[in-house]
Amino acid sequence: MRVVDVLLPWLAGTLMLAALGLIFVVVPSEAQMGVVQRIFYVHVPCAWAAYAGFVLVAGASVAYLATGRPAADRLAVAAAEVGVLFCSLVLVTGPIWARPIWGVWWTWDPRLTMTVILWAIYAGYLLLRSFGGEEDAVARWAAVLGIVGVLVIPVIRVSVRLLHGIHPAVLTTREGSSGLADPTMRLTLAVSSAAVLALALWLVRSRVRLAALGASASRLRRELEAREGATA
Amino acid sequence: MDGPPIAARGLRRNWSGRPVLAGLDLVVEPGELVALYGANGAGKSTLLRVLGTLLRPTGGELRLFGCDVRRGTIAARQRLGWVGHDTACYPDLTGRENLEFHASLHGLARAGARVDALLAWAGLEGAARTPVRSYSRGMAQRLTLARALVHEPALLLFDEPFSGLDTEFAARLAALLAEHCERGGAAIVSAHDESRLAAIASRTVTLVAGRLREG
Amino acid sequence: MVLRTALAILAKDLRIEARTREGLASALVLGVLLVLVFSVAHDAPADRAPSLAPAVLWVTFVFTGLLGVQRSFVLEREHDALAGLLVAPVDAAALFFGKLAGNMLLLGVMQAIVLPLVAVLLHVELWAALPALLVVLLLGNLGFAALATLFAAITVRARAREVMLPVLLLPLLVPVLIGGVKATQAILVAGLAAAREPLGVIAAFDVIVTVAGVLLFEQVVRE
Repeated sequence: MRVVDVLLPWLAGTLMLAALGLIFVVVPSEAQMGVVQRIFYVHVPCAWAAYAGFVLVAGASVAYLATGRPAADRLAVAAAEVGVLFCSLVLVTGPIWARPIWGVWWTWDPRLTMTVILWAIYAGYLLLRSFGGEEDAVARWAAVLGIVGVLVIPVIRVSVRLLHGIHPAVLTTREGSSGLADPTMRLTLAVSSAAVLALALWLVRSRVRLAALGASASRLRRELEAREGATA
Repeated sequence: MDGPPIAARGLRRNWSGRPVLAGLDLVVEPGELVALYGANGAGKSTLLRVLGTLLRPTGGELRLFGCDVRRGTIAARQRLGWVGHDTACYPDLTGRENLEFHASLHGLARAGARVDALLAWAGLEGAARTPVRSYSRGMAQRLTLARALVHEPALLLFDEPFSGLDTEFAARLAALLAEHCERGGAAIVSAHDESRLAAIASRTVTLVAGRLREG
Repeated sequence: MVLRTALAILAKDLRIEARTREGLASALVLGVLLVLVFSVAHDAPADRAPSLAPAVLWVTFVFTGLLGVQRSFVLEREHDALAGLLVAPVDAAALFFGKLAGNMLLLGVMQAIVLPLVAVLLHVELWAALPALLVVLLLGNLGFAALATLFAAITVRARAREVMLPVLLLPLLVPVLIGGVKATQAILVAGLAAAREPLGVIAAFDVIVTVAGVLLFEQVVRE
C-alpha cells in the first residue's frame, strides 16, 4: 500500500465532485442541443480513457513479451478490464445523447462503429484470458493480441471512414456553434477529463494490486502445502 | 559457438505457477550417455522439452553447445535430435515422405541415401510407402527415432525411446546409442526403469522435486 | 533459406491436403452453402444485386476462410507434429510464410468456386471486372491469411477453439471486410480506378499485419 493508493481515490473523488458541479451547475447549455449535450463532458473523456486503456494494454504486452515479468502481464489485464468498462460507458452514454438529438438510438457512423469494434477487441482479449485454458501460454497469446490490436486500430479507423456517418465533429470543426468556443465549456471538459483519468488510473492500480495479492496468496498456499507434505 | 552440449544452471520451468524444474543444474560433456530416471510426473518430459528448445525456461541459464538459448536456438537445433512421447510425424504422409520432409527442414540436399539407410535401420523399408496412420505402435516409434536421427545430431534427447520396441529393435537402439557416444556424441535418455539402458549408460541422474540427483 | 523452408512446408501441406482433401472439401461446401443461404434469405431484385453481391462475397470468404485456416494448424497438433517443426532449425518466419501461402491458396481455390456461383445466383456480371477483382482478392487474401495464420496458431491450443478464432479475428478483420466490399462495389460500378481508396486501406492493413505476424509468430508458436 503506497502513498499513491491513498492519494488517487481522494484525487479522483475531488475532481469528480468538481466536474459534476461544473457540468450540472456552472457550464451553460449548448446552443443547438440543449441540456442533453452535457453528457458530452462524460462521454468524450470516457472515450479517451477507452483508447488510452488499449495503448496501455499494448505497452504492457510488449513489456511482458520482452521481459517475461508477471507484473507486466497483470498490468495488461487490469488495463483491459478498465478499458472495456470505459468503452461500455461510451456505448451507453452515446445513445442516451443521440436519441433526443438525432431521433435514433444508434447509427453506423465512423466514430460509433469504431467504438463498437474497439469494444469487441477488448472483449476478445478478456475472453481469451478467461477461456483460453490453463496454460501459461495464455498470457503470451493475450500479449500478442494486445499488440496486434493496437497496430490494427488506426487502419480500422481509416477503413471505417469509408462508411458514411453523422457523428458531430465537436472538437475539430471551425464553426462556432458546435465547437467549444466558450471557455467555461473548455474548463468543464478539462476537469471532467482529469476526473475520469484519475478514476481510470485508480481502478487500474487497484486491479493490479488485487492480482498481485492473488499471486502472492497462491504462492504462499503452495509453500504451505509443500511444507506440510515434507513434515507429513 | 562452442561448449559442452548441455550446460544448465539454476534451470527453472513453471507450469500453472507450479515449479516443475526448480533450479536444476546439469552439465553433459561429449561422449556421455546420461540415463534420466524419475517418477511419473516428476518432469522428465518437461526437462527434455526444455533442453530440446521446445519450452522456454522460466528462469536460470541454459547453454546448448555454448549458445545461450535466450539469444536464439537455431544453431543449437541443428545439432540436436529430440524424441518425445508422440511421433511428431504426419499420419497422412508415408514414412519416407516424413523422413524426407524432416531432412529438408535440416537443409539436407540429397537425402535419399540417408533416408534409405535410416529406413533400413528402423526395419521400415516395407512400410516406407504407406501412410504413418497405418503403422503399429512399434513401427511408429522406430519412425520417430529415424526422424530424430536424420541429420546425424551430436546431442540426442530421447524421452522413453524404448517404449513400444520389441527385443530386436531395443537392442539396435541400445547399440546405436552406445556407438553414438563412443564417437563423441552425447545423449540423455529417460526411462522408467530400463536395465538395457543401465548397461550402456555412463552416468545416471534422477529427477526429484525439480532437481537432479546423481545416481 | 527461409524461402526454401517455407516452400518445403507449403509442399508438405499441399501433399497432405491432396491425400485427405478434407480442408478443401469442407471449405467449398461451407462456401456454397453460405451463398445459397444468403441468396434465399435476401431475395433481391436484379437491379439491387450489385450492392448485395460484394457483401455476400466477402462475408462468405471470411467465414469460409476462418474454417480453412483453423484446419491448417489442427493437423500440426496431431501427434505433436508441430514439435517436429520447432525442434528443427527452422526460422519461425519460414513456418509463418509456409502456412500463410497455404492459406492463401485455399482461399483462392474457394473463391474460384464462390465467385461464379454468386454471379449466377445473384445475377451479377462479374466476368468483365475479373482482372480488377483479382487484385482486390489478392490483397484481401493476403491480409486475411496473415492475421488468421497468426491467430489460428493461438486458438488451436486454446479451449473453446471453434468460437475463439472468429471472436478474436472478426473485429480485427474489419479493414479487409469494409475495404473488400467497398472496392468490389466500386469496381463493379466504375472500374479499378474508383477502388483506389479502399484498396489503399487493404494494402496498408496487409503491410502492418504481415510484418506483425512475422515478428510475433515465434512468440505464439513456441511456449
